[in-house]
Amino acid sequence: MLAILDYKAGNQTSVRRALDHLEIPCAITADAAILESARGIIFPGVGAAGQAMRALRAAGLDTVLRRAVAAGQPLLGICLGCQILLEHSEENATPCLGVVPGICRRFEDDLRQEDGSPAPVPHMGWNSLRARASCRLLAGIEPAAEFYFVHSYYAQPDPAFVIATTRYGREFCSLYGRDGLWAAQFHPEKSGRPGLALLRNFYDYCLEARHAQ
Amino acid sequence: MLSKRVIPCLDVRAGRLTKGIRFSGNEDIGDPVESARRYYEQGADEIVFYDITASAEARGIFLDVVERVAAQIFIPFCVGGGIGTVEDMRAVLLAGAEKISVNSAAVQNPRIIAEGADAFGSQAIVVGMDVLAVPAGENVPSGYEIVIHGGRKRMGLDAVAWARRCEELGAGELCVNSIDADGTKNGYELTLTRAIADAVSIPVIASGGAGEPRHMLEAVREGGASAALIASIVHYGEYSIRDCKEYMAAAGAKVRLTW
Repeated sequence: MLAILDYKAGNQTSVRRALDHLEIPCAITADAAILESARGIIFPGVGAAGQAMRALRAAGLDTVLRRAVAAGQPLLGICLGCQILLEHSEENATPCLGVVPGICRRFEDDLRQEDGSPAPVPHMGWNSLRARASCRLLAGIEPAAEFYFVHSYYAQPDPAFVIATTRYGREFCSLYGRDGLWAAQFHPEKSGRPGLALLRNFYDYCLEARHAQ
Repeated sequence: MLSKRVIPCLDVRAGRLTKGIRFSGNEDIGDPVESARRYYEQGADEIVFYDITASAEARGIFLDVVERVAAQIFIPFCVGGGIGTVEDMRAVLLAGAEKISVNSAAVQNPRIIAEGADAFGSQAIVVGMDVLAVPAGENVPSGYEIVIHGGRKRMGLDAVAWARRCEELGAGELCVNSIDADGTKNGYELTLTRAIADAVSIPVIASGGAGEPRHMLEAVREGGASAALIASIVHYGEYSIRDCKEYMAAAGAKVRLTW
């Protein structure tokens, strides 16, 4: 079973619909015991960093997440979840979870796309990934596949963690992590078949990781 | 770089897909959930559902359609029609939509744009604008006037000024529908699309008039739109969404071709 972390931050039901479609057992939960016993945790999020960190702390879920990462429990952060796994966010000048070294920055104003057209913030729509390191989350997904993004801030993790980057006015990290701890800036649950394949790959990893314990 | 989006629009009446020339006449052309799934599989980048019944008892049927769509398609979709309050917005978002489109209600009560953006974020709020070409005048210097109630009521409001106001109020996108071009299949109203796209920095979706893939290319090139809304061009099977996108890509537009 995958646990979808419930901290009243948006897109957990669309993640659940995608997992239901894939017939992956899952539960939306804020219960520490259920989170700990899950094969993996999906950490979604829509909204602002400051408010999200307050909600996590108020429910004690920041501690649960840090413990999960320390124990090697598979974790996938999505969008805001991806950003607040880092140490700090420029959004509301927020100290974040710090389970991956790095910070989260706001897109600069007046950026331009490759064709010279403006790149207004938020970055919203379909964009492609440029793979920087091999990652099993991308297994079987065509390199030309595009993913759906909606965000005004971008993750800037330690370069050793960068798996893929995306170009929107500037090059930014769109997928990072290492075995069992991953974070996607885009929304796999809203990115059609390639996004569903990524979620499936995450679940397959969770099953094997459990097996190896 | 962002891909230009191709967005089929489905008009839903009492739980069924309908398409006359929009705003008059109706013809049952199928199951909206089935159509949504077909367009999803053909590579639609987003889908818009428009509730054209907008009566209280049909609302439940419509929300049921939204829920069934959300369980089967895994791309963003937008819902419009009959939305006038934050509670209406919440109901369609909970049913699984990512975005809400407000149109007449926003013209009559612009605060709904700001309230929606505060509650759900600008990215969730699309303002739909129905626009009529008129002689330029004092109230309407651009020569494009906002109309509501499906084009029946002229508002004396300049479309370019209204577009700027929507952006200030927190709209995340504007869907600009030309009443003159709608249903003609002669192409989008490119002068209007360009005038709005140049006036705001949020994405503009061109609407009304698509009859062939060339028109969609024009909308993103000459019109400066981020997306092209289409309806009958795909509803009757003349073209698939892939046909449209391959045409645009061959002409050098960036579109999503892998799904």
